[in-house]
Amino acid sequence: MGLQSLTLHINGEKRVVNVRFADTLLYALRGNLGLTGAKPGCLNGDCGACTVNVDGWPMKSCLMLAVEAVGKEVTTVEGVKGEPIQHAFVENFAFQCGYCTPGFIMNCRSLIQHHPDADDAKVKEWLESNICRCTGYAEIQQAVKSVINKE
Amino acid sequence: MLPFDFDYYRPKNLQEAVELYRHLRQSGRQPMYISGATELITLGRIDLVFTDAVIDIKDIPECREIGFDGDYLVLGSALTLTAIEEANLFPLLTKTSSEIADHTARGKITLGGNICGQIFYREAVLPFLLADSQAVIIGPEGVKVHYIDELFQKTLQLGNGEFLVQLATDKRHVDVPFISIKRRQQWETGYPLITAAALKIGGEIRVAISGLCPFPFRSNQMEAAINRDGLSVENRVSAALTVLPEPILNDIEGSADYRLFVLQNLLNDILAELDGINS
Ligand SMILES: Cc1cc2nc3c(=O)[nH]c(=O)nc-3n(C[C@H](O)[C@H](O)[C@H](O)COP(=O)(O)OP(=O)(O)OC[C@H]3O[C@@H](n4cnc5c(N)ncnc54)[C@H](O)[C@@H]3O)c2cc1C
Ligand code: FES
Ligand code: FES
Repeated sequence: MGLQSLTLHINGEKRVVNVRFADTLLYALRGNLGLTGAKPGCLNGDCGACTVNVDGWPMKSCLMLAVEAVGKEVTTVEGVKGEPIQHAFVENFAFQCGYCTPGFIMNCRSLIQHHPDADDAKVKEWLESNICRCTGYAEIQQAVKSVINKE
Repeated sequence: MLPFDFDYYRPKNLQEAVELYRHLRQSGRQPMYISGATELITLGRIDLVFTDAVIDIKDIPECREIGFDGDYLVLGSALTLTAIEEANLFPLLTKTSSEIADHTARGKITLGGNICGQIFYREAVLPFLLADSQAVIIGPEGVKVHYIDELFQKTLQLGNGEFLVQLATDKRHVDVPFISIKRRQQWETGYPLITAAALKIGGEIRVAISGLCPFPFRSNQMEAAINRDGLSVENRVSAALTVLPEPILNDIEGSADYRLFVLQNLLNDILAELDGINS
């Protein structure tokens, strides 16, 4: 028990973190690595504010222990640089306070990668994993669809 | 972040997992098997779960098996619900599972975790109860295989140090007519008010339910009522409602009366869908 030294692969780099086995990935990203893009919300798997990508899939980082991420490729919003979905969020005014935005971007990014031709039902199914307190859902949906239609 | 510390082990095979558990217990520890870890994290955070030694079974090959083996569909307990949906080998399971939690969370929640969890909905067990599946478990006494209908009595009845490895389902039972309906109090994600799953096998409708009682169940008496010859749908549904297990949940999500009303409608929908279909 106590602190463990773990090597994580984050945004294309190897990072060594000293964490407890009982620490979540969200906690390690924010507290140990200063990657504050993933946001703490409910800490209960409900809101999606903490969403990152793990091996390309969306993952609520509050539902994953840091130790479970060993050997996996973790991408946080800090590792996403100028991708179409980011421009689409700006162009479609898909945020107000912005708290939910990194989580939505990471979820949408994975959706576009896995289902570049996603239909409305698929988009809805994936987007239901995230909550926006400012209720910008229409604009967020528009942003994703603008990228899907372009591709 | 959890308010207690634990050691973390990732055994590579079944024997190692069982041996670790035995050893840790003997040393006075409180080991716990996990696979998706989401219940450990969410209930641990509010002190509803405690362990000081986590045994994570998700790297054990048998727990990740997915596919047909001879006459059986074999599904490993550490498969995520998303993996099961993507493979879509058991259509009723795909449908029931795709309504659990939300898409992102299903990429972490596992089949074994859902069936063995404390949170009592355990919706993923419904298709297996209906299809007479068999549960492969391992523990200090080795591997055992039980019909899930016998082993699952409100919860999966596991002995000390035992865990669920796989579920095996006769392949004749995976591709039969089915319907699965989840009714929530509100919104389109999250826990059910009531979920009902049904299969039709050999001309008989089978029904299993989560959210009505504080445990999921399949009831022979209910099925006898629903399948009774020569009665109207209305009378069959009414008869089924008189033989329900106790207690009916009565909480902030829905009163007992409201739940019974929802169940009545669900049974009507199930009969409307499956009555006329040959199987
Ligand atoms: C956001 C969210 C929404 C949810 N919505 C729903 C829902 O709509 N419907 C529903 O039914 N549930 C829902 N749940 C509950 C969830 O399915 C359970 O909490 C489930 O236990 C999580 O699975 P896991 O693999 O992460 O479990 P873990 O945390 O790994 O384990 C949970 C429990 O099961 C035991 N266990 C795990 N694997 C095995 C095994 N192979 N053999 C024996 N014991 C084992 C563990 O010891 C532990 O006690 C939701 C959970 C979350 C986080
Ligand atoms: S903080 Fe992770 S889902 Fe809300
Ligand atoms: S923009 Fe404020 S929570 Fe979504």
